[in-house]
Amino acid sequence: MDVQVNSAQAPAPAKKKKNRISRRENNWHGWLFIGPYALIFAIFILIPVALAAILSFTNFNAIEFPRAVGFLNYINLLTNDAEFMKYVLPNTVVYAVIVGIGGYILSFVLAWALCNLTKPVRTVFALILYSPSMTTGVAMTVLWKVIFSGDQSGLLNSWLMELGIITEPVMWLTDTRFLLPIVIVIGLWSSMGIGFLSMIAGILNTDASLYEAASIDGISNRFQEMIYITIPQMKPQMLFAAVMAIVGAFQNGTITSLLVGNPSPGYASQLLVNHIEDYGFLRYEMGYAAAVSVVLLLIVQLFSKGANVLLTDKDPYGKKGVSEDGEQGEEN
Amino acid sequence: MGNKGKKINPRNFEPGQLKIIILILPLVIFMGMPIIFIINHAFKPMVELFAFPPTFFVKDPTLENFSKLVKFSNSSGIPLSRYIFNSLIVTVVTVGLALLLTTLSAFALAKIKFKGRNLLTQINQIAIMFVSTAVLIPRYLVICNLHLINNVLAHILPLVAMPVALFLVKQFVEQIPDSLLEAAYMDGASDLDIYLKVIIPMIRPAVATAAILVFQQVWTNMETSNYFFSDDSMKTLTFYMNTLVNANNTVAGQGMAAAASLIMFLPNLILFVILQNKVMNTMANSGIK
Repeated sequence: MDVQVNSAQAPAPAKKKKNRISRRENNWHGWLFIGPYALIFAIFILIPVALAAILSFTNFNAIEFPRAVGFLNYINLLTNDAEFMKYVLPNTVVYAVIVGIGGYILSFVLAWALCNLTKPVRTVFALILYSPSMTTGVAMTVLWKVIFSGDQSGLLNSWLMELGIITEPVMWLTDTRFLLPIVIVIGLWSSMGIGFLSMIAGILNTDASLYEAASIDGISNRFQEMIYITIPQMKPQMLFAAVMAIVGAFQNGTITSLLVGNPSPGYASQLLVNHIEDYGFLRYEMGYAAAVSVVLLLIVQLFSKGANVLLTDKDPYGKKGVSEDGEQGEEN
Repeated sequence: MGNKGKKINPRNFEPGQLKIIILILPLVIFMGMPIIFIINHAFKPMVELFAFPPTFFVKDPTLENFSKLVKFSNSSGIPLSRYIFNSLIVTVVTVGLALLLTTLSAFALAKIKFKGRNLLTQINQIAIMFVSTAVLIPRYLVICNLHLINNVLAHILPLVAMPVALFLVKQFVEQIPDSLLEAAYMDGASDLDIYLKVIIPMIRPAVATAAILVFQQVWTNMETSNYFFSDDSMKTLTFYMNTLVNANNTVAGQGMAAAASLIMFLPNLILFVILQNKVMNTMANSGIK
């Protein structure tokens, strides 16, 4: 069973309640309370996803009525789209591995380090590390433009020349060799989001007595402690952070279009999200773009499932997502 | 956080902590540097913006860039105040509406038993992984069919339902003991009474967290302005700031753009600094089980 410190006592009272006010078994007021949210959710999330799925089987140019083409878009994506196979897919994989997995590990290590510090120091450091994630999208475009400017007045060029590492300015934002690494660095920079905060909270909530017990039982160093005591106790938070990391790794792409345009020079930093934008809003091949969207959503789901399997205990009752709190599970 | 272990969350400073600080300090500096730079850049006078070699810190801070920003917008036909007004309205209404709907649903999902609750909870859980950019096109079609193009609602409605926010608030509501609600039910309270008088006062930290998350989404959102509006006077500050960055790729424009970036970034930072304790409190319940 996953133990989440604050909810450790939750299941017991829930069961007692069921006997006492069983008349509240099916309270239709529930729908009143959730109705407005559910409506907006349906209109702006569910229906668009369903529409994307339907459009992905059509040829749609935004002017004429969509024409059904079966699996043609998907077949084209796999066999006919040279840019996708040659640039977009490899770029996305590299980006997702480094920013997703790398960022995830980095945020755990940093969260763990911060939890070993006193509260004032921890708070300041956490604020500094978290603040880049608030800068999503436009807010910081100019910053990167100044830093990576291709002439001598660019900050990075100026520093590297002063240090004697390069002798003439590098065209950071047009040189296809550097585009993807730059986008990755920016991605990593802004990857300490709420997943990171969740991990800090998770570590802080681990049970102190277990650490003492463990040191008596012969756990000798901090690394063992991390693996055997800390992580098992905070798996729910690890999973939340993993989902956030996966979503982050696949939805970033705005910064590329803002910095170097879409498509990026030589498709060097083209990610899945940019590919969708390219086909949907520049070429108006919306059916095809929808197919790419569906693939993107499926990939995110698939990876999240993977994280779920890795980070959920093999307890048959613990695998049902959130419905673990006893009362919910009983309804089925 | 009833945890005062010897190592995790230490109360006092010990020399051992110095090792950790020294290890992570370079990274913390690296992460903080761009933001320090943009703050400095925004206050640089023309001479320093043109300076060669480029400088990192500002020597002679001035508000020149901010005043130029205002002047520039006046010359472009639509005054800056219009964009600020649009952004404020959109942000306030979206955050308010999102908080209302999110807390109502969180209460329902966590504490009211009704048919379909499990299904709704699962759907919302899956929707946490929703990538909104992926469905921009169908969203555009939906907005078109609802005749919301150039309607202020197109800024608001798409961002009101935020599955992560609902998830976090719901997790928090689940921590409220059922016995408390039951006592209120015994006294004859209706579901609405419970929501207003028991739930809301007890979940303030989660509400603050949801507010921050929604705020961050709305305040810097550009998609709605870009795709759902053709009328420039209906677009938001973010959109304007972005045109500014793109249109003025000169050194002089940089100062203005940096000032603009700061205006976009500071509200986020201030809100988070004020509410960070509440956010951490909420994140303790963020685990997916």
